Amino acid sequence: MSRSPLVLAAVAYDPKVVTIWEGFKAYFEGQGLAFDYVLYSNYERQVEALLDGDCHVAWNSPLAWIRAARLARARGQQVRALAMRDTDRDLVSLVVVRGDGPVHAVTDLKGRRVGVGAVDSPQATLIPLAHLREHGLAPGVDFEVRRFDVLPGKHGDHIGGERDAARALMAGAVDAACMIDANHLLFAREGLLPAGATRILVQTARYDHCNMTAGPAAPPEPTRRFERLLLAMSYRDPAVRQLFDLEGLKEWTPGRVEGYRTLEAAVDALEFYDRDGRILRADYRY
Amino acid sequence: MAGSSVPIIDIEDVGLDRGAHLLIKRALRAVPVGGRLAVHGRAPHAAVHLAAWARAQGHRVVLASAGAAGAPSPLIGWVVRGAAESGRWRGAEQAGQPFAAEPGAVHARPRAAWGLAARGATVEAGAPEFDFALSAKEEVWADDAPRLYAQAAAAQWDPATAIDWDAPFDLPPEVEDAVVQIMTYLIENENAALVVPARFLGQVHPHFREVVQVLAVQVADEARHVEVFTRRATLRGRRLGLSTASGQASLKTLLDERDFAVASFLLSVLGEGTFLNLLGFLQACGPDPVTRQVARLAAQDEARHVAFGMAHLQAHLQHDPGLRRRLAAAIGRRHDSLRQTAGLNEEVFDALVLLAAGEWAPKAIAEGHARVQALEADMAAGRARRLVRLGFDEREAEQLSALHTRNFM
Repeated sequence: MSRSPLVLAAVAYDPKVVTIWEGFKAYFEGQGLAFDYVLYSNYERQVEALLDGDCHVAWNSPLAWIRAARLARARGQQVRALAMRDTDRDLVSLVVVRGDGPVHAVTDLKGRRVGVGAVDSPQATLIPLAHLREHGLAPGVDFEVRRFDVLPGKHGDHIGGERDAARALMAGAVDAACMIDANHLLFAREGLLPAGATRILVQTARYDHCNMTAGPAAPPEPTRRFERLLLAMSYRDPAVRQLFDLEGLKEWTPGRVEGYRTLEAAVDALEFYDRDGRILRADYRY
Repeated sequence: MAGSSVPIIDIEDVGLDRGAHLLIKRALRAVPVGGRLAVHGRAPHAAVHLAAWARAQGHRVVLASAGAAGAPSPLIGWVVRGAAESGRWRGAEQAGQPFAAEPGAVHARPRAAWGLAARGATVEAGAPEFDFALSAKEEVWADDAPRLYAQAAAAQWDPATAIDWDAPFDLPPEVEDAVVQIMTYLIENENAALVVPARFLGQVHPHFREVVQVLAVQVADEARHVEVFTRRATLRGRRLGLSTASGQASLKTLLDERDFAVASFLLSVLGEGTFLNLLGFLQACGPDPVTRQVARLAAQDEARHVAFGMAHLQAHLQHDPGLRRRLAAAIGRRHDSLRQTAGLNEEVFDALVLLAAGEWAPKAIAEGHARVQALEADMAAGRARRLVRLGFDEREAEQLSALHTRNFM
């Protein structure tokens, strides 16, 4: 019987990624599933590898999922969202302003500076900028976009850009900063955005974040088993709990793709990828 | 949506960015997994933060529609309690009891994963396994350890104030030289008495808290002894005395011993036990008040070290009578390895005679010599007495006592 492993791809946005996937590897091997992982330095390379069959499944950012789905459609292939973390569902991004500042309505941002995260951050750049656009303010035209690029290619997994934008807001270097809801709370607790020092100017529609994507080369039976094992992992299991705490979830939930519509629209509106998954942004270096 | 039985928490104007999560967590403790808690409040970002917080905690949240009513604060939404928090403590264990006298307080084999947790704490399953080499109760424990620790903690003294460093005295230069030589010798012995327990200290499972505490104080005691002996040696501006190769060779055998029981037997029971007589001698025959005081204070501490060594070896021997043969063999081994060395530093011996004599008159020297011989006899008798208390018969105890290093420690 072949022990050819199911190969998962993940992006090394932080050293802890090695610990996480070594842990998952040991767990799956312990459950009798031959499993290995490869790490990529950026999501673009990872998605291309997934579509080329270099790996079977990929732990994808929401933006990577969109590109994978578009590339697959263009090539006549299929990808499937197997699972996502409970913490990947129903997220909200915020445009935050200083509590004592002059910005009280979205239209007040006209002619002002808006701090965003990395160029490819769904939560701190693409979704909030598209949201402002829907409110009639074209980024770069009606307001200046101040980008805080930290580790582009990692789709904003590294939250350094969001943190830099928040810092710039408090320093008065920007008039508004974009961030995900959980980071607004995190930065408040860290003291970076003291309680009462900021106001939420606007919040976006809800959207979903990462998912575990099966690529066209995923072997059916091991992939089904992988999916079942993921969904059966329990926070009550000490070995699992350590991995969940590192990866930031309490349980895996079945994958769903409806939650990506907001980001799909943003990708189109801001011309990040074309309909076939080609990268359009000339200033995107990864 | 909220039935009459749904509990409510009103966080008023305190947001989750100002600590309101504590109020919500507390209220959730009374809610079963899957049950709802209605959260009311009027902090500006409460809804956004409630959703983000609940998601990270593994709870579901159902936000109320904007402008929802409620009293005294408007309804923000409902938190549906998730299973994660209760899941975390499934399989957790209580690591004994804090006080040794309580039933089941000290486990015979504390788990490696209890690690650094406080004894009596509830320890989450899945903690890393710590590699404490001394993790069996019978190897380290003494029922007397809590009492000895309390006594040690109460008996700590401050070298700056416990000794009258300015006490007036004037010694003949050669007597002062003799004191300096003895202090020099004491310091190197105390260095050994510091390093040996310090090396085992980090190997004892912290579950045996009182043992760790006793050893820690022992190390601190020796650090203080090194200080006061150094200070007395240099009190009159003298350079320190001589350190011999054979003296260090003898002490090195203590540091080379890897077995806790054997090391504490050689160090505490035999070495420090012998030192008790030596310090008593200096207390009685010391030519100046400072020497007498430092000897008295050091002897108090050493007596505790001997008591703990005796107590845990007696307990260990009850579990493992075969240890007695290993201890006897260790004395023999050490004797054999030191056979080629010169034994006690001649300068130390001569200095002790001079101190006991107090002057250079031949008769006085003869008396001093006799007193040092009597000291050595007392030392041998004391060792034999302690060996008998550890279960050796009298004849063997005397034989083994005679094999102890001539370097005293």
